Order: sequence, then structure tokens, then C-alpha cells
Amino acid sequence: MSNIALALEGNIAVLGYGLAAIGPGVGVGLIFAAVINGTARQPEAQSRLQSIAWIGFGVTEVLAIIGIALAFVFR
Amino acid sequence: MIAGVSTEFIPPGPEDFNLPPIWASIPWLTKPVLVATLSVIIIVWFFWGASRKSAIVPSKLQFAGELGYNFVRNSIARDAIGSQEHMKYVPYLCGLFFFILLNNVAASVPLIQFPTFSHIGWAYAAAVMSWLIFNTVGIRKHGFGGYLKLQTMPAGVPAWLMPLMIPIEFISNILVRPVSLSLRLFANMFAGHILILVFVLGGEYMLFETGNIALGGVGVITFLVAIPIAGLELFVQCIQAYIFVVLTAQYIGSAIADEH
Repeated sequence: MSNIALALEGNIAVLGYGLAAIGPGVGVGLIFAAVINGTARQPEAQSRLQSIAWIGFGVTEVLAIIGIALAFVFR
Repeated sequence: MIAGVSTEFIPPGPEDFNLPPIWASIPWLTKPVLVATLSVIIIVWFFWGASRKSAIVPSKLQFAGELGYNFVRNSIARDAIGSQEHMKYVPYLCGLFFFILLNNVAASVPLIQFPTFSHIGWAYAAAVMSWLIFNTVGIRKHGFGGYLKLQTMPAGVPAWLMPLMIPIEFISNILVRPVSLSLRLFANMFAGHILILVFVLGGEYMLFETGNIALGGVGVITFLVAIPIAGLELFVQCIQAYIFVVLTAQYIGSAIADEH
């Protein structure tokens, strides 16, 4: 019917990156969910909560970033 | 199906980021260099114009300049570094924020449409600059040994855990920070640009190259989806500039924090 080749081509490392991004995705979501909860309970603590959250966000997202770096390394 | 049309679809890849020089005679003057230079000129013009004639009743330009400056000073620098010491770092943070913001948003400006930071060297340079600054101010404040102790020995951890904590904290606080700063910015810009390329090139291919009515319909939808994707990218570009500067401010703040 069409002349588009339907063969799946590519690198399994990209699939691995997709798996590696699940954990950090959940983790970053949890961090900011906690910040929203905390801010709703105690609005004046927002700036303190946010400064802690950004550090935690950086540490958590590193996992996804290491994943994308390794996906390029092992292609 | 039109016989004879058999051009293979070439998915966009990292090769699409190797732009040729604008003039063949100047090999180093590529699009990212030009965009970055332009962004510096625009920032200098904007803030110089905004602060040149400071008035109690501000002009529109002064108002816009103060809005941008206040945003970086109050909601990034003061929250992260603390109200006593933040003013020293506001010039760097403000310049960094608007440099990254303009270079990212350039990816959404028609005819430019190329994120400078999708070339990783630019991201490395920005991250190394931030890394040097937060380490330098930390060492200057606490001394070399004191700074290493602050960054690698978290308070309240029992002594028998220290052999485990010190390498982990050293890697995560000193070694990984510049890598994660640069790769986060680079990967977001790179992936966003490739995403738009996939939708637009794929839509173009299905619409014009296959000669198949059904695929042409899908191609139209693909084109239409590329528009909200571009909107999402504009959002991501602003967020990434913010995150880069917030994390830089956080790292400076944690480097000059008093031990507790």
C-alpha cells in the first residue's frame, strides 16, 4: 500500500533511556507534589521549601541526565 | 500511489545540528555564534537603555528592565542565597538568565529557529563559569579545607558512615554539578529541536513525498500537532533558563552557607 518501510530501526540504548527516565520522572513529581502540599499548608514557608526542592530536583534529575548521556555514549 | 516516488524518509538526527558557516570565507561564524552575539547586543542595549535615564516615574523601557531585574534579584537570588549576601551575585545571575533566555527563545523566533545551547560547547561554557564561581566563593569564605568539609561532610551523619558519605557527596556536589547543569540545558534544547524537526519533516514527507491520500491526511495532522509542540518548546525554553539560574544560585548559596 505504501512505500514507507515499516522496519523498526534504531538503537536499543534509546529504549534504555526511556526506562531510565521513569524513575527520575516519578521522583521529580514527588518533590514538587511535596512542595505544593507544604505551601498549601503553610504559605509563608514557600521560599524555604522551594530552595530545598530545587536542590532535590537537581539531584533527582541527574539520573535522567546521566541516562541521556549514556544513551549517546553507547549508541 | 505514484510510481517512481521512492525517496526514503531520512529521520532527523544529530547531523542536522552541524550548520554550515554563513559565509564560506569565515568558517567560525555559524548561526549559533551569530545568535549569541546578537543576544549579547540586545541585552546590553536593553539594560543600558533601561537604566540610562533612571527616573522616579519610570519610562516603559525602564519599567520592563526593572521588572526583569527584580525577577532575578527577588525570586531567584534573594530566595536562594539569602538577603545579606545576594546582591554581589545578582549581576552574574541576571546576565546569565537573560543570555540563556534569549538564546533559548531564539529557537522559537521565525527565521532564526535554532537553540544556541543545542551545541553542547555553549552549555559547557556556561556551566563551567557557574562551577568556577560557586567553588571560588566557597573557598574564599571557608578556606579550602573548610569548604571541602562543608560540601562533603553533611552535618548529623555518624562518623562510621563518613567513608561512604565523603566520596558520594564529593562526586555529587563537586563533580556532577557542572555536568548536570550543562547536560540538562543541552539535552532539553537538543531534544526539543529534534522533536519539532521530526514532526515537521515527517509531516512534509507524508504530505508531499509519499503521494498517498491517507498518509497525506496524517501529514496534515502531524503539521498541526507541530504547532502545540512548538508552544510547549517555548515553555521549556523559558523554564530551562530559569532552572539553570536557580540552580546556580542554589549552588552559590550552599557554598557560602554557614555550617550548622
